[in-house]
Amino acid sequence: MTRSHWIAAMIVTSIGGVCPALAAETAGMVKVSRGQVVIERQGEVLPAVVGTPVLVADRLRTGRDGAVGVTLRDNTLLSAGPDSLVVIDNFAFNSSTLDGRMSIGVRKGTLSVATGKIAKQTPESVDFRTPTSVLGVRGTEFIVEVDGNEE
Amino acid sequence: MKNKSALALLAALLLGACASERVILLPSADGRPSAVVVRDLDGSELLLDRPYAATVRSLGSNRLYQEGVDQTQSRYAPVLQARPLPPFSFTLYFESGSDRLTPESRAQFARIKHEVTARPAPEVMVIGHTDRVGTRADNDALSMQRAQTMRDLLVAEGLLGGKIEVAGRGERELLVPTADEVDEARNRRVEVSIR
Repeated sequence: MTRSHWIAAMIVTSIGGVCPALAAETAGMVKVSRGQVVIERQGEVLPAVVGTPVLVADRLRTGRDGAVGVTLRDNTLLSAGPDSLVVIDNFAFNSSTLDGRMSIGVRKGTLSVATGKIAKQTPESVDFRTPTSVLGVRGTEFIVEVDGNEE
Repeated sequence: MKNKSALALLAALLLGACASERVILLPSADGRPSAVVVRDLDGSELLLDRPYAATVRSLGSNRLYQEGVDQTQSRYAPVLQARPLPPFSFTLYFESGSDRLTPESRAQFARIKHEVTARPAPEVMVIGHTDRVGTRADNDALSMQRAQTMRDLLVAEGLLGGKIEVAGRGERELLVPTADEVDEARNRRVEVSIR
């Protein structure tokens, strides 16, 4: 991706943050929840207990003793460690055609990822964003750590 | 709106410059080769393509190195221990032209039930398939019927009805590729995917 594409994508993301989608699509579900974990959704703060649906534009935030595991609808496995902020910037998946896309932001803390069906079918439709870089995947498990205090 | 976006971008760039970041490639669960491409703001790319290959970056420096297995496991224990269980799939087979399960497949129910009840907040997806005997349209209908039959059987076993999704893919996704009108038992199946 060229620099100008990256900037264009960033701007789309920040507009999305200001004007959330009217009916946010379900991206996945909380499967593991330890310590303090919340979902920030359109100005509300919800406890992220096991079984809570995770929607597009949700912000998953963990406290100092917190950790959370989420399975997305395409079988992507995400988990976040303590003091983390992870944002579902974009997610769409058609379980019949297996078409879809996802973009997950790691603002701070740690995120582990095992990619799912979208990354298998169209790896170019999947990315993970930190404050300074964009990660593309090729059928992958990995960890991202972001030190710093960005919200 | 444009100004706000530009400000948000600037803020991201400034804050980004203070952050230190690390990316570590883990071995894939199936042992197949995998890789992560890390792209910088300036467009430069870095490829991690061996297990525990890692990069750490802060204030413009960008170092590629090999992370230790034990160090990864201990340093990232909290995030690794919070990973959800990997999804698990069963494949069950049907008698020719019908939505009746073979006796061997019927016998798998106990294992499916165990897999579902062992999971926190389980979700089940049932996908029906057919062989190539009959028309495409008939097979679309039959594959859906098989998936619905499977769901009804799972519900009868006491598994959560509302959380079982069904789909039919007809003869589009053959397990064993065949010519048209070939009676192939291994293609008459449903996948029960549990996550």
